[in-house]
Amino acid sequence: MSTMVLYGVTALLLIISFVKDRKKTVQALRKAWKALEHILPEFLVVILLVGLLLALLNPQAISAVIGKDSGLWGLLISLIVGSITLIPGFVAFPTAAMLLQGGAGYMQIGAFISSLMMVGVVTIPVERKYFGLRLTVGRNLLAFLFSVIVALVIGMVMGEL
Amino acid sequence: MKQLFRRYRGFLVVLILMGLLFLFNRELGSAAFSKAGYTIKEMLLILPPIFVLLGLLDVWIPREIMIRFMGEGSGAKGVVLALLLGSAAAGPLYGAFPVASVFMKKGVKFSNILIFLGAWSTTKIPMFLFEMQSLGSRFALTRLALNIPGILIIAWALAAMTPKQEIDAIVDMNRTMQ
Repeated sequence: MSTMVLYGVTALLLIISFVKDRKKTVQALRKAWKALEHILPEFLVVILLVGLLLALLNPQAISAVIGKDSGLWGLLISLIVGSITLIPGFVAFPTAAMLLQGGAGYMQIGAFISSLMMVGVVTIPVERKYFGLRLTVGRNLLAFLFSVIVALVIGMVMGEL
Repeated sequence: MKQLFRRYRGFLVVLILMGLLFLFNRELGSAAFSKAGYTIKEMLLILPPIFVLLGLLDVWIPREIMIRFMGEGSGAKGVVLALLLGSAAAGPLYGAFPVASVFMKKGVKFSNILIFLGAWSTTKIPMFLFEMQSLGSRFALTRLALNIPGILIIAWALAAMTPKQEIDAIVDMNRTMQ
């Protein structure tokens, strides 16, 4: 759905740009291609790593370790799994809902979702190319710590703590 | 040719390792390849429009305007804009890095770029609606209420912790990149 909006907006702007100035539009497309090609090798590495991780960490494997009674260990594992993997939101939320039904705790799910969205270990090769290694590691570390806070507050709000 | 090989050598190494995995463990190997194929499809869907939009932004929006709205001295306006732009985005976090790169080029304040990145990672509006639906409004709203201050604190802390010359070096690196 949001992908369709993205395409619609892009197509519309591209047409307007083309009508207003052909040369500039060609220049924009050339820049787009150059920028994409520049980062392509890193993206390809990330794609393979993500494939490997998703093969290892399927929903059954995840639910086995982050059940409601998994406590602090479960919290830690949720954080680590969420930090390493890269699952699109439209897969992650239904999976999380399924894990909840399967007995996972809200606190663990909060940790998983928050670190999944904010921390990206496998995308570090891409991120560092734009931000440098130090800032990349710093951002991911702070996001990891923040996810701990989110998990604890969610645990409290949902009456688990 | 030689340079092309050098740039893609990381990719080739991982590809060969996964090929070996496939030889030793058929099941795991083929699962890994099929998931990777799925991710490629997703990237092929999301990345082209993002990069085209970036090309357009680069060509049409003058640096002065970006600086006025989101640069040094843009104040609360810049912060709110960074949050809104990040939240309106589509696609996974890796799509945000090239956007951040163009922002650097256009003179956007560094902490605002980090705020944009934070918003893109976790307060995206389409995802929020989906989260409410799957995990309940109590869960989703709690996370949103924490995320907004969280994003700001992380961005400001990172900007404050990073020495000025390192930020300049990063911005320079991105400027020469495209």
